[in-house]
This record gives sequence, structure tokens and C-alpha cells, in this order.
Amino acid sequence: MIYMDNSATTMPRREVTQAVARAMEETWFNPSSAYAPALNSEKALERARHTILTRLGASSAGTVVFTGGGTEGDNLAVIGACNALRRRMHHLVTTAVEHPAVRNAAAYLADSGWDCTVLPTDPFGRVFPDQVAAAVREDTALVSVMHVNNETGCVNDVAAIAEAVKKVNPVTLVHVDAVQAFLRIPIDLSRTKIDLYSASGHKIHGPKGTGFLFVRRGVRLEGVQVGGGQEMGLRSGTQNVPDIIGLECAVRCWDDAEPGRIRAIRDALQARIAQEIPDIRVNSPSDGTAAPHILNIGFAGVRAETLLHALEQKQIYVSTGSACSSKHRHVSEVLDAAGVPEPYLSGSIRFSFGAFNTQEEISATVDALKEQVTLLRRFRAR
Amino acid sequence: MEKLILIRFSEIHLKGQNRPYFENMLLRRIREAVSPFDGAKVTRSDSRYFVRNAGWDDAVIEKICRVFGVHSVCPAIEMEKDDFSAICRTAAEMMSSVSGSFKVRARRADKHYPTPSPEIAAKIGEAVLMANPQLHVDVHDPEHVLEVEIRDRAYLYSMIIPAAGGMPVGSNGKAYVLLSGGIDSPVAAYMTAKRGVHIDAVHFDSPPYTSARSREKVITLARILTDYCGAIRLHIVPFTEIQQQIYEKCPDRELTILMRRSMMRIAEKIAVEGRGLALVTGESVGQVASQTIESLACTNEVCTLPVIRPLICFDKAEIMELARRIGTYETSILPYEDCCTVFVPRHPATHPDAASVRKSEENVDFAALEAEAIAHSEYIDLYPGTGEDPEY
Repeated sequence: MIYMDNSATTMPRREVTQAVARAMEETWFNPSSAYAPALNSEKALERARHTILTRLGASSAGTVVFTGGGTEGDNLAVIGACNALRRRMHHLVTTAVEHPAVRNAAAYLADSGWDCTVLPTDPFGRVFPDQVAAAVREDTALVSVMHVNNETGCVNDVAAIAEAVKKVNPVTLVHVDAVQAFLRIPIDLSRTKIDLYSASGHKIHGPKGTGFLFVRRGVRLEGVQVGGGQEMGLRSGTQNVPDIIGLECAVRCWDDAEPGRIRAIRDALQARIAQEIPDIRVNSPSDGTAAPHILNIGFAGVRAETLLHALEQKQIYVSTGSACSSKHRHVSEVLDAAGVPEPYLSGSIRFSFGAFNTQEEISATVDALKEQVTLLRRFRAR
Repeated sequence: MEKLILIRFSEIHLKGQNRPYFENMLLRRIREAVSPFDGAKVTRSDSRYFVRNAGWDDAVIEKICRVFGVHSVCPAIEMEKDDFSAICRTAAEMMSSVSGSFKVRARRADKHYPTPSPEIAAKIGEAVLMANPQLHVDVHDPEHVLEVEIRDRAYLYSMIIPAAGGMPVGSNGKAYVLLSGGIDSPVAAYMTAKRGVHIDAVHFDSPPYTSARSREKVITLARILTDYCGAIRLHIVPFTEIQQQIYEKCPDRELTILMRRSMMRIAEKIAVEGRGLALVTGESVGQVASQTIESLACTNEVCTLPVIRPLICFDKAEIMELARRIGTYETSILPYEDCCTVFVPRHPATHPDAASVRKSEENVDFAALEAEAIAHSEYIDLYPGTGEDPEY
């Protein structure tokens, strides 16, 4: 099997599954309970929080709230921030290529009366500090911009964007959806003005159903999950301690050399495809600024879905867009918004890499692509 | 006195010397239907079936209502027939929860019973009326009818739940349905099974143009059908290569008709192999280009088995309504590809010329490709009640 769909989800590391299994047997006590064994659960939770904060360079800049994943963190950030500022603020800014977790949270707010500016992007899906700052108004509660686009792999300079936004309006909160970026694009949050930063566990070889939202000190959110007041009142519900331990384990296992190793695989695949298969378009930025783990390529004259299943026959797994929207039969909204032209648009495939991909997989992948693209192009719709 | 479920059957009474054959077949089908319910026991008397030890369980009743050959199902009370006053008391009690007009209808299957039917009805009616001042009698247009049957014992019931009707599956041979994953073919299979025909299915799979999900969808449809049709063997035939060759070597406008002809030939071979006596399709006159009368004729000429087309004169809306009723609609409309759009011509022939189609067929070695496809086909056996794991 060659798994090149790591932006959809990743295979959990052996260390992670073992840590979770052990924690389910030993660290299952409710961290809020009063007796001694519960204290161990609480300590494990706080240690995990500390590990993540340290990795973000943010141990003194704020805290992280554990969530049930990327979507939940994005929702809590966007809706929670606007809820908290709704008396004075009426406007939010986001981009045309956000993940639905942000896009639909913004649409939900727009439906309930918020004024929402959706910024257009460059052909790779990027927005730029000046452009974002120009959209910020006196009553802008929130700017939400993703760090790495899940389909093209383009990277936004979120630190500069936060800087520019704060210059126009220091009260405006800046949220960054970092689900695709966390660990792959190192960041030091203490050196940025980013207020909210959300990520997910299962994209970094951790367990599904885990994630976190970094919240800068002093930032007030009004979340929508009420109950026992866990996680500083922002995410009520008994914490999923064993899986959070798994999330921490995944973060600890991530080596700083990993992005460089992954980028080499990505660049090698891009080079060989460009060399050996005619009539393709690289939809990801080719100037070295793309994320290390995402390569999006349009193959003219084939339908992406068919090519995906053709590769599947050879146990090579890729994606035609984000997994959440692959069930619907349409071209990628993100690539469309980013201006990818036909016939490349409907033949666009995303290869995304993780810790378990190797250089050795490149040849087999390119061979399969060459064979299948040639075959399928014989049967293009007349 | 026992609460039981009384089952009345449909058309079987029309059968003459074959009647025991049909009756035994139906008994088997009812037993299969109630087999998931522990303790439930099916027995037969002269012209009724009874399910005992299951009370008036709604789930059991619903299951039986789906068995083809069952006319109607009645939650009934069984009691000894000799104590007539006890029958009257029970009748009065049964009617105590309703008000308005009523009548009693009596049937005396046991002709040795001392009281004739009209008299039974009158006496029980009187008892019901005396005990229930909220009721009055209307023999012409009553709101409630209390049925009393005197057989080996006495049976009382006031509710008749209409069931599927038709004939017991297996009583009319076996047919092979071409199951596409669309809305029509499952309905066609259902309607054919309703006439007592055992159904097996043939599905054409076109990877990589179709996915594992679209294949799973067809399996799900077949599984839903087993609730009505009993066990189904679903044959899955790889069809990609045939489509590709037709596409490369034949005229655009004939792609669909050539594909249909190839499917019919393959389905017929599988059917003959499995002792099937007919093919079943979901075709309906004029619905799409391949279903004009000319196209149907052109498709039809490639096989000799009879082709049953239960939906032939149905409107799409009528078919959808039926699909909703039998529970296949929601699955049928899932948006997975069942046949790649690449192989659907922009302007298909609506009035194909048989001679020209036959000529085009010479461009492709269909005999070899079809034999190959059949050799590489797989099958899955699906059984009723294995759809979902209730423990999960």
C-alpha cells in the first residue's frame, strides 16, 4: 500500500496506539474527581497541555483548550470570538478557500446578521497582509485565515497578516486554522499576534477525535458547548484523557527534521510527474513556498475520481479534494475559487505526505500514474 | 384463551390440485419471516395460518405483512368454541375500547357447530351491545367490525391489516434481475418476486469508473430486497473492458444500445447457468433513449429467455413512489456513479437501426469479452435479516 492521503487523515504511530491503550487501562479516571488516582489523570492532561504549548512557543502567551478535533476548534474560535464581541462588533473577514469548518461557521454567523467579507485569493489560494488589512473595519470582530490550504498546500504568512490586522484594529481577533500546518510549518506563537490557533490530532499521526485551540491570554470566547465548565468553560464535557495522551505522544514523536524529509519526497514526485507525464498543471505553488506535504496536480483529459479509483486498484491512495467533500460529485470549490482552469480542474489530484512515506514509493507511483493517465486519456468524453 | 396472529392468504385459493404445493411454500416463507423471533411458532389449519407465542408483537406483524402470498394479518383471540357465553363475554370486552357503530360478522367453517352463522352474529352482537352502551349497531356501514370465525376453535378479531399480497416466493421459478443501483431495477425485482418468482441478481461493475462505494450500494439494495424476496445471489460482472472496446470501435450514438445488448447476453448466460427461467429489467417505455420501443426491440432480440419488465408502463413518479414504499429509494439516490458518464454519448440513437447495430457489433469480439467477463465475475449470497447487526 502507498498511502498519499495524509491530509485526509494519517495512520496513528505505533507509539500513539500503545500510549492510548495503556492510558485507557490506567489513566481512565475523571480528571475532575477528588481522589488521588484522578489526580494522575489531571496531571497527564496538564502535561499534554504544556507539551503542546511549548511546541507552539506559547507557554506564557496563553493556553490550549482540548477539543474534539479541527472542526470543533475552528467553530469554537470563529463563533466563540464573534459571540463574545457581538455587542460592539458586527463584521468578520475570512477567505474564499477556507475549510468548511470555518467557511460554514462564517456563513452561520452571516445568517444571524453578521456582515461577512470573503476575500478572494491568488491562483494558489493565498491572501496577503495588505489585502487582509484593507478589509478590516472598526467593527471587525474576527479575521480567520488558514495557515496551509488543505487542497493546494499554499502557505499564508499568518504572522504578517496578524501584524497588519492589529495595526488597523488592535481589538480585532485573529484566528488561524492550522489543521494542515501544525508541526509541518514550525511556528513560534509568542512572536506573533495570532490570538487563536486550531489544530487536529489525527493529521499528525495521533488519534481521531482530538485537537486543540490555542487561546491567547486575555482573549475572551463565548463557546456553544455548555455544561460542567471543563477546559476553562470553553469545552464542557469530561476530557478524553487517553486520547489526549495519544495526541501528546504524537506531538512528542514529531521530529523537527520531518518536514524537510517529507518535502524532499514531495518535490521528487512533482519533478518526475512534470518530466514524464505531458499536459499537467501543478496547482500548488512551485516557488518553494508550498507546504512540505501537499502536492496538487491537474491531469488534463481524465476525471480525477476515475484516476483516483484507477490508482486504488494498485493500492495507491490519493484524494481528489478534501475528504469531507469527496462524497459529493463536483469539482473542488477551493481549486475553482483559486482559479484553476479546465481541463485541469476536473482532473486534479492531491498527493499528501506523512511520516511514513518514503522515497522508494515515488517510482511505483509515477509508473502507475503514467500507465493509468495514458489509458484513461484514450477514453475522454467525446 | 390465547392472543395470536391470524394470517389470511391471497390468491392461493384459486389454485386447484396445486394448492398444497402453494400452501406449503407459503408456510415455509412465513416460518422464515418469523424465525428471528424466539419461540414464535407457525401452524396451519384448513385455510388460515397462525403465529403463536408472539402475542400481537408489531415487529412480527410487520415482518409477516411483507411475505408475498399473505393477504392480511389479524391480531386475534383464540378460545374454545363450546362455551358460547364465554365467547360473548370476550367479544364484549374486545369492543369496550371503541365507540360508534359496529357489526359482528360470523363465519362458521365448522359446519357441525350447532349455531348457524347469522345466529352467531346476532347473539354476539346483542352481548356486545348490552355491555357497551357507547356502541350502536349498523349492519350496512359500520365503523367497527368484529369478526368471529368458528373453526377447530373460535377466533375473534376486529383489526385486519392488509399485507403484501401476491404469491409465495419460490412458487413460480427463478428469474435474474439486472440490478443497476438506480431507482427502477430494485422495484422491478420486488414486483416480480411478488408474483412468486425467486430472484437472483446481476450487476455490472466498471472500475475504475465506479467505486467500492457504488458496489456497496448495490449490495445494500439487494440486501433490502431480501426482506421481501428471500435469499438473493448477487452476481457482479466486471464490465469495464467491454465498455472501453465499444467506445473505441463503435459509433458514438450506438454506445448505449450496444452496451445494453452485451449486458443482456451476459445476464442470460448467467441465468441459464443458474437455471433461471427469465430476465427482469426496470425498463419503462420512453424513459431514456435506450428504452424507446425501437431500442427495447433492439435489446430484446439478443436473448431468448422471456424478459419481464414490470415497470414497462409506469411513470417515473409512480416508480419512485413504489421505491419509497419498499424502502430502496433512499439508497438508490445516493450519488455514487453507477456507470461512467464517459461512456454515455451526447446524442444516443433513440430509433436504432437493428441492422446497423448488428454491423457495429462485428467490430468487437463480444463473444470472447463476454466469456471473459463471466469467468471473472464474483457472487455474493445475501440473506434476509442480516442487514444490520441489532447488537451494534
